[in-house]
Amino acid sequence: MSAINSNLITNESRKSWVSLLEVAAREVFERMLGSHLTPGPESCDEQGLAITSMVGLAGQICGVLTLRCTANSAVLMASKMLGVDAEQAGPEMPDAVGEVCNMIAGNFKNKIAGMGDGCMLSVPTVITGADYSLHALTDSGKIEIHLLFEGLPLIIAIEVHS
Amino acid sequence: MDNVRVLIVDDSSVMRKIVERSLRQAGVNITQVLEAGNGVEALDVLNQGKVDLILCDINMPVMDGLEFVKQLSGRENAKGVPVVMITTEGSEGHVVQALSSGARGYIRKPFTPDQVKEHVLPVLAGNR
Repeated sequence: MSAINSNLITNESRKSWVSLLEVAAREVFERMLGSHLTPGPESCDEQGLAITSMVGLAGQICGVLTLRCTANSAVLMASKMLGVDAEQAGPEMPDAVGEVCNMIAGNFKNKIAGMGDGCMLSVPTVITGADYSLHALTDSGKIEIHLLFEGLPLIIAIEVHS
Repeated sequence: MDNVRVLIVDDSSVMRKIVERSLRQAGVNITQVLEAGNGVEALDVLNQGKVDLILCDINMPVMDGLEFVKQLSGRENAKGVPVVMITTEGSEGHVVQALSSGARGYIRKPFTPDQVKEHVLPVLAGNR
């Protein structure tokens, strides 16, 4: 497996990644949570996004995919995935949000020709709290999409090292 | 499908619960659900008794799903037990690798309950 495949990360292909990332996210929420994501505002109060889930990518592309949402949104995700009320779902929140991020990352890479076999995913990591800065060692810019999950803001981003 | 003992192997407890729920929605009458968080734990669980069906993730710590399926082939207590992979790894390469290792079905995450039904019921029916 080559460490870098520059054909996969051209500016042109990166443009298509925006729509592929959105489709990947929509499919995860529709199939696993029964929720339809809608377009979100360009900006939102990011301090309120207290839950961050991250999955690393390594192989033909290297980078990190992140999903950020509010604590209420994260519990709602767990609740919808498990089909239980929010109180019962609370303890499962980190696992649920990690799995959502993992499925978006997997679904995204499976949609890019040639990347399915050549890119591995890390185990998800979930951070609680918004008072931090994430410094991914990437140099190819960030693709970020803003969506609403049940009216609550959701930011999904991928940063890639070329 | 009645009286099915199922082993669900996934490092996410949430996903194990979702898979169990999807099986029940598919009409599988489960009498016992056994769970494992990786391939090594799953092999230990199988030492406690035979199951009728195994659903297994691929990307797991300690021992991944593909290695687990390979290890099953030499075990008497897993002889003939159908394994269906259920994973985010969706490439043709992974599918071929899983099926050639002994898996009988392959479901890509994210999945719908209907997809679970479509892939699991024929496998289970063919084995009973």
